[in-house]
Amino acid sequence: MIEIRFHGRGGQGAVTAAEILAKSAFKDGKYCQAFPFFGPERKGAPVMAFTRIADDPIRRRYQVYNPDYVIVLDETILEAVDVLSGLKEKGKVLINSKNEIDFNKNIESYNIDATGIALDILGVPIVNTVMLGAFAGATNVVTADSIINTTKETFPGKIGEKNAKAVQVAYEKIKYR
Amino acid sequence: MTSIGATVKEPGSSKNYKTGSWRTFKPILDKEKCIDCENCILFCPEGCINKDYDIDYDYCKGCGICAEECPVKAIKMERE
Amino acid sequence: MIKVISANRALAEAVRLARPQVIPVYPITPQTSISEYLASFVADGDLKAEYIRVESEHSAISAAVGASGTGVRTFTATSSQGLALMHEILFAAAGLRNPIVMGNANRALSAPLSIWNDQQDSISQRDSGWMQFFAENAQEALDFVIQAYKISENKDVLLPSMICIDGFILTHTVEPVNIPDQEDVDNFLPTYQPKHAYLDPKDPMSLGTFTDPDYYMEARYDMEVAMERAKEVIRTVNKEFEEVFGRKYDLVENYRCEDAEIILVAMGSICGTIKAVIDDLREKGEKVGLLKVIAFRPFPQEDIYQAVKNAHRIAVLDKNISFSIGGVLYNEIKAKIDVDASSFILGLGGRDVSPEDIINIIKQTRNPTEPDVITWVGLKEEE
Repeated sequence: MIEIRFHGRGGQGAVTAAEILAKSAFKDGKYCQAFPFFGPERKGAPVMAFTRIADDPIRRRYQVYNPDYVIVLDETILEAVDVLSGLKEKGKVLINSKNEIDFNKNIESYNIDATGIALDILGVPIVNTVMLGAFAGATNVVTADSIINTTKETFPGKIGEKNAKAVQVAYEKIKYR
Repeated sequence: MTSIGATVKEPGSSKNYKTGSWRTFKPILDKEKCIDCENCILFCPEGCINKDYDIDYDYCKGCGICAEECPVKAIKMERE
Repeated sequence: MIKVISANRALAEAVRLARPQVIPVYPITPQTSISEYLASFVADGDLKAEYIRVESEHSAISAAVGASGTGVRTFTATSSQGLALMHEILFAAAGLRNPIVMGNANRALSAPLSIWNDQQDSISQRDSGWMQFFAENAQEALDFVIQAYKISENKDVLLPSMICIDGFILTHTVEPVNIPDQEDVDNFLPTYQPKHAYLDPKDPMSLGTFTDPDYYMEARYDMEVAMERAKEVIRTVNKEFEEVFGRKYDLVENYRCEDAEIILVAMGSICGTIKAVIDDLREKGEKVGLLKVIAFRPFPQEDIYQAVKNAHRIAVLDKNISFSIGGVLYNEIKAKIDVDASSFILGLGGRDVSPEDIINIIKQTRNPTEPDVITWVGLKEEE
């Protein structure tokens, strides 16, 4: 079983990202589960969301304490939250940042200016789909095609097309970096 | 057990929570262009602009309403 | 069709498939998306029902009683404080023998104010005359709603049903759910044809009038008889459901109990985590099992007894507390079954229950420090 933890702020789309990732894994033929942990339900408050992906049905229902992957939607959350908490030894971190972050540990980390890509393509600083494209580029957990298809289903019409493009751009940026 | 008052133990403690880190865009005021109309002060939902037009970046969330309401476009929103 | 959806969505899909004609509902976290999904089904024409936007939960259940009194299939949903506000009318609904089905997103009761999960809200309504079914996952949320109508509307039962789904842990978790075809559901659950008293302008009658001491006890006794009879009706409906949809249910679910020395007894979503832990421990040779109580009312004492009678000791896990006497499920089992049992209070107000918590519960049950002690799992020490 693969466990992924998302860190973001309310309104950035961490919960939707966790759900899109789960649905994409399902398209790839896997079992899946995604759920949020809400603090106070308001825009800007730190939010966590979780995705589990496995070859067998998933029955476990507790928060993800030892993630294989951590996806950070907002760099400034590092001041408030220990995003590396419980990360597995060979775990990877993907973070929305213009700069490479030195985590001072032997952790494989990827940074991507997702806010820049989102502003360019979507016109708003909502980075969830961009980060999923980057995640597909950084790992073999899920295919970019499934992320793109699920994104289009989640956001019908023009918004979906734009988000799908943002996924593609982020995927290529990380995959061929 | 110290459960009385639950999560919020001190009154007025929300000021300890600096919301400035939420910003994607930062408002920059050009005081040369400013005509002292007070629109931005009145419209700021966070009360982050004082009578001298100093913006309190500790709490400004970068919503951009001040820039939108400024009649002389003296406020620019710049990427953080 | 298999879709990746939340338990709230699964429950709403079940309601759509069951075709209720009246849905009075008031939104409350974490139930809200149920009322939203149903509103859009009705607005989009996918469900032909009267959707009544009421001003409170008290009104929601009152309107449901009125609608059900005219002999139509009725649905409502709520959570926590909303269920507490319904308290008065819950008893009326059961006493009037209205076969209403309600979804309850289990959430802690105030104070302190909490939006997160425990089961205090529905447990506190245990004597209202409603049947209560606790779902482990989103699929059960869907399946239980469809079966609940058939059970509630059975002429030998005619009592309302509450489908309990753990707040956030189920309501806001997406996972693959098999959504049945409308045709299969229509065959399994035909249109409700009321056989007893119901309001009809062509044949006027009064419902819900007062009763003097000559009759009240008999009315209550009839409810007791109906609740007992419901056990057999539930089993029959479970079998019919399995024949059509292939998923097997009962009043309880035995999970690796046969040769188990230690058996955990629990309700709702926590059973999934327990099953995973049991599988891990079984690989190490530990004989542990889970008895999942699905029907809390009617109370399946015989099923529980048969499952646990050969165990050395059982642990009963309660997401509720009846102050000064302990967990409600624990006390009910102790009252009806002569078995060595330990009581654990856990997960109140959304406190996460980890596999380590379950392992510690099993350890503690195997080697109890003192009999009849009530353990609060993960309680923080005094500062």
